[in-house]
Amino acid sequence: MTLPPRLEELVEDFASVGPKDRLQLLLELSQELPELPAQYVGARDSMEQVHECQSPLFLAVEVDGSTVHLYFDAPREAPTTRGFAGILHTGLDGEDASTVLGIPDDFYVRLGLGEAVSPLRLRGMAAMLARIKRNVREQTA
Amino acid sequence: MALAQEDDPKLAEYAHPERLVTTAWLAEQLGTVSDASVSDASVSDPRGGLAIVESDEDVLLYDTGHIPGAVKVDWHTELNDPLTRDYVDGERFAELMSERGISRDTTVVIYGDKNNWWAAYALWVFSLFGHPDVRLLDGGRTKWVAESREMTTDTPSRAHADYPVVDRDDTVIRAFKDQVLAHLGKPLVDVRSPGEYSGELLHMPDYPQEGAVRGGHIPGAASVPWARAAAEDATFKPRAELEAIYEGEAGLSRDDDVVAYCRIGERSSHTWFVLTHLLGYERVRNYDGSWTEWGNTVRVPIAVGSEPGEAP
Repeated sequence: MTLPPRLEELVEDFASVGPKDRLQLLLELSQELPELPAQYVGARDSMEQVHECQSPLFLAVEVDGSTVHLYFDAPREAPTTRGFAGILHTGLDGEDASTVLGIPDDFYVRLGLGEAVSPLRLRGMAAMLARIKRNVREQTA
Repeated sequence: MALAQEDDPKLAEYAHPERLVTTAWLAEQLGTVSDASVSDASVSDPRGGLAIVESDEDVLLYDTGHIPGAVKVDWHTELNDPLTRDYVDGERFAELMSERGISRDTTVVIYGDKNNWWAAYALWVFSLFGHPDVRLLDGGRTKWVAESREMTTDTPSRAHADYPVVDRDDTVIRAFKDQVLAHLGKPLVDVRSPGEYSGELLHMPDYPQEGAVRGGHIPGAASVPWARAAAEDATFKPRAELEAIYEGEAGLSRDDDVVAYCRIGERSSHTWFVLTHLLGYERVRNYDGSWTEWGNTVRVPIAVGSEPGEAP
């Protein structure tokens, strides 16, 4: 399965630069993560916490028809976690449910972040994707 | 030469006040250098004397803004050996220090996020190499930010230094598994959360599982979660409060031979700092193998529940 175009482009951006620039890209993605829409502000009860992340991260998944929308909430003092969320938001928000479900669970290995970020920290991203997929499956079942 | 020790009444109560600095002291050091441009990297090091090091859990936090002139040292990618589960060797440490513009006689002030959790870990690793003058910023990043002190995203360009290759000394402040087995029956401090201590959890609440196949604690270990040493504002609690916790509650005393452990040795570095530098214990070792080694080891004794249990 190939990745959807925006995610593929991101993966290639990461893969084409060295470890230091990968961190810079991740930092930019953390800054570009959209603010939480009004209906989720102060409503963490309606979101799901990703316990596998090193810092508190909450996500919400909405499937509109078959289009997937993703919302993330992570503190500013957790830029790495925000950056992971930014990758998934930039790469997957607005995609079709079947496309999201078809993303390989280990796609993030190709980002080449293991060296700069450490594999341990990367597990948070794998967990986010797994929880997104589970939400999509439940809502499209 | 190392910078003079700070004269502060709270710090003066500790056994080794020269191991801590206050945010006010650090701000003053930056200010005396240049009022015009403290973000110019060379300024934090006017005499080759002071280097500020940020060490965080989050590898990107430094890049979002840091104390002017501070350099980053990442615990995972720079202080750990990339292959073996161990710390870097003397050559790699010398390269890292030289590259960050740190000499053997530089005063290093380390600070970081989460009550200086990772900063204390970095300080402990610096101590394995016997760096003579390494201090923590009391209150760390949290307090500096809370006081609205200056932050910058400018990358400092400290001049390359010439740090000597010094062998890592693992004999004084580091403990290995076999030494901990031989230590059973003597004071141990488990600094993890109560759920990890009792065996109910195999990892920190809200953190990823890091692969221990058994839960519980080393028999006889007292439970003192590491962050109890920190006050609300992320500074260390005053000496009397620390003594009430570690001596009054956990029953340690200053002459004890103590081993502290957690999950991978980071939280217990913080407790090692408290016992060694704030309370003046002279025989404290950090068992960095910690629960991710002990909880996976065949036929080592384990206790579960909220009581320390008996050493076999």
